Amino acid sequence: MAQMTMIQAITDAMRNELKNDEKVLVYGEDVGQNGGVFRATDGLQKEFGEDRVFDTPLAESGIGGLAHGLSLTGYRSVMELQFFGFVFEAFDSIAGQMARLHYRSGGVYNAPVTIRSPFGGGVKTPEMHADSLEGLMAQTPGLKVVIPSNPYDAKGLLISAIRDNDPVVYLEHMKLYRSFREEVPEEEYTIPLGKADVKREGTDITIVSYGAMVQTSLKAAEKLEKDGISAEIIDLRTVSPIDIETIIESVKKTNRAMVVQEAQKQAGIAANVVAEINDRAILSLEAPVGRVTAADTVFPFAAAEDTWLPNEKDVAAKAKEIIEF
Amino acid sequence: MEKTKELQQVEDQFEMFQILDEKGKVVNKDAMPDLSDEQLKEMMTRMVYTRIWDQRAISLNRQGRLGFYAPVAGQEASMIGSQYALDKKDWILPGYRDIPQIYYHGLPLHQAFLWSRGHFQGGQMPEGVRVMMPQIIIGAQITQTAGVAMGLQKDGEKQIAITYTGDGGASQGDFYEGMNFAGAYNLPAVFVVQNNRFAISVPVEKQSAAKTIAQKAVAAGIHGQQVDGMDILAVYAATKDARDRGIEGNGPTLLELLTYRYGPHTMAGDDPTRYRTSDEDDEWEKKDPLVRFRKFLESKKIWSEEEEDKIVEQAKEDVKAAIKEADSAPKQKVTDLIDITYSDAQPESLKEQREQFEKKESK
Repeated sequence: MAQMTMIQAITDAMRNELKNDEKVLVYGEDVGQNGGVFRATDGLQKEFGEDRVFDTPLAESGIGGLAHGLSLTGYRSVMELQFFGFVFEAFDSIAGQMARLHYRSGGVYNAPVTIRSPFGGGVKTPEMHADSLEGLMAQTPGLKVVIPSNPYDAKGLLISAIRDNDPVVYLEHMKLYRSFREEVPEEEYTIPLGKADVKREGTDITIVSYGAMVQTSLKAAEKLEKDGISAEIIDLRTVSPIDIETIIESVKKTNRAMVVQEAQKQAGIAANVVAEINDRAILSLEAPVGRVTAADTVFPFAAAEDTWLPNEKDVAAKAKEIIEF
Repeated sequence: MEKTKELQQVEDQFEMFQILDEKGKVVNKDAMPDLSDEQLKEMMTRMVYTRIWDQRAISLNRQGRLGFYAPVAGQEASMIGSQYALDKKDWILPGYRDIPQIYYHGLPLHQAFLWSRGHFQGGQMPEGVRVMMPQIIIGAQITQTAGVAMGLQKDGEKQIAITYTGDGGASQGDFYEGMNFAGAYNLPAVFVVQNNRFAISVPVEKQSAAKTIAQKAVAAGIHGQQVDGMDILAVYAATKDARDRGIEGNGPTLLELLTYRYGPHTMAGDDPTRYRTSDEDDEWEKKDPLVRFRKFLESKKIWSEEEEDKIVEQAKEDVKAAIKEADSAPKQKVTDLIDITYSDAQPESLKEQREQFEKKESK
């Protein structure tokens, strides 16, 4: 086993799939020669050639259209959107076109496309780079949305995403790219899409989260532990479809729950999780289900970012509030 | 706007390509495509058939027996002539008006009617029929065409991908992105703009300052040509050239076909008298593609009224049979639609919803 950062695990997953299936193509802006602005595709063009790993013109809608057309001719695309804030340019090609291809063709065509894209706050990017837009995607039937929280999951989930026969939006939190290393097997393995992971077992409260907020929630759980509160942390890993079963099982055990997300509060993933808990486990609850989220504003200018983003203190405080309800 | 000399020089290079004039006379002998009498007659047959089918579809729509329908009369030469230049294994990515092309490429007529009615079986392309479902989002098919053409190129197939849009489509960002991608990768793609002068109601003069749509190819570094879209021979010859260019590795082509739709934009309440004059309608009807080609065939003594009458009768019968077949399609269920939302396993929550709809639909 090797120690890998999340971005190394991501590169490793793509390398694995490029080797595994000659129909797999990897492309996007600066993806070829340059190896991506974050070096996620570093060395892949050299290893697999320009025919399989290549640069595209700078046009996100065009990249989406390319993936759609390549699907019709039997190719399996891993397309990169350089930053997920640029998805608005490609919204029709993803949500309007690829997500509906299987449906519109009555099941004849499908779009095995992985849309990889960095996002996430805490790194002081310019505008339109850091936004958490997974909620917009999660409402689209036919689309799956995956957000890993660590290097090990990143590899297994990306291999599953590439092998999936429907379009998968695979979002990579920039802050997690190189923030820590962990053991990642060099051989291939998959993690099923739509399955959450219990990152930490606990008995007093269930904290559901995804992406970088899983790490924030884990830190908060350590803090809570010192105050005698045992928190169970669930990492959704796939935010659409969500693993309702794992959440409900946990809530029925802890009787208290909250959701932590970096995205704004309105609509979105957290609201969906709360609604599912209310639908299926309301009689198990000792307190209302809480949410820790960012504010319902545009993603802030960099100077206000640290305050705007939820942090471990916010998570711990909310957990205590629910415990003390 | 006073255009600079440099710009005028570029624009003036784009002259309309024509073979048959309005009277059916050959005005460009050198460009005459190599087609047998049988092939010429087949092209005429298809235009007559399409016009009758269109008339029947309009009346079926009025009777409530068809759904969404975009009339095609006036555009037969553009549609039939361009499709006739294709090989069966070329791909077509159509817009919503381009039903004749995909019918002749292999989509059965009853499925075209099911598509019009909003039944999912209408979009199920038969095995081996390389056709995308008609596109509703104007221009989305253009970037997709670059992708299909790239797939064909990677597979070493000597085939092209052709796509259709209208003059309004040439204003979309996807129009430029699709052409630009195809040019950058030297792809075997043909981008057809059927310029019928109006994007619903907005005239082409209000869409762009460009004198022609064909000249927009220059910006993408690809070949562009303006063609008389009422002249089926010119459309055929230009499309065949474009196809050859693609498969020979000489890149994509933009074709602007000058045409006119006689009817409304769609049957959903559009009234062309709000934005077009009857003088303009009359002027274009003089250019009619069927009249012109009929005169040409008659001058070659290979066409007769009796022959044409037979085609008309055949078309009417075929439409009747196709509607009957469409009527026999199973009633569309929400559970069917749930089953085609994903090609892989259904999410658990969707399974639950399926059970609910199964109950609702069994009542």
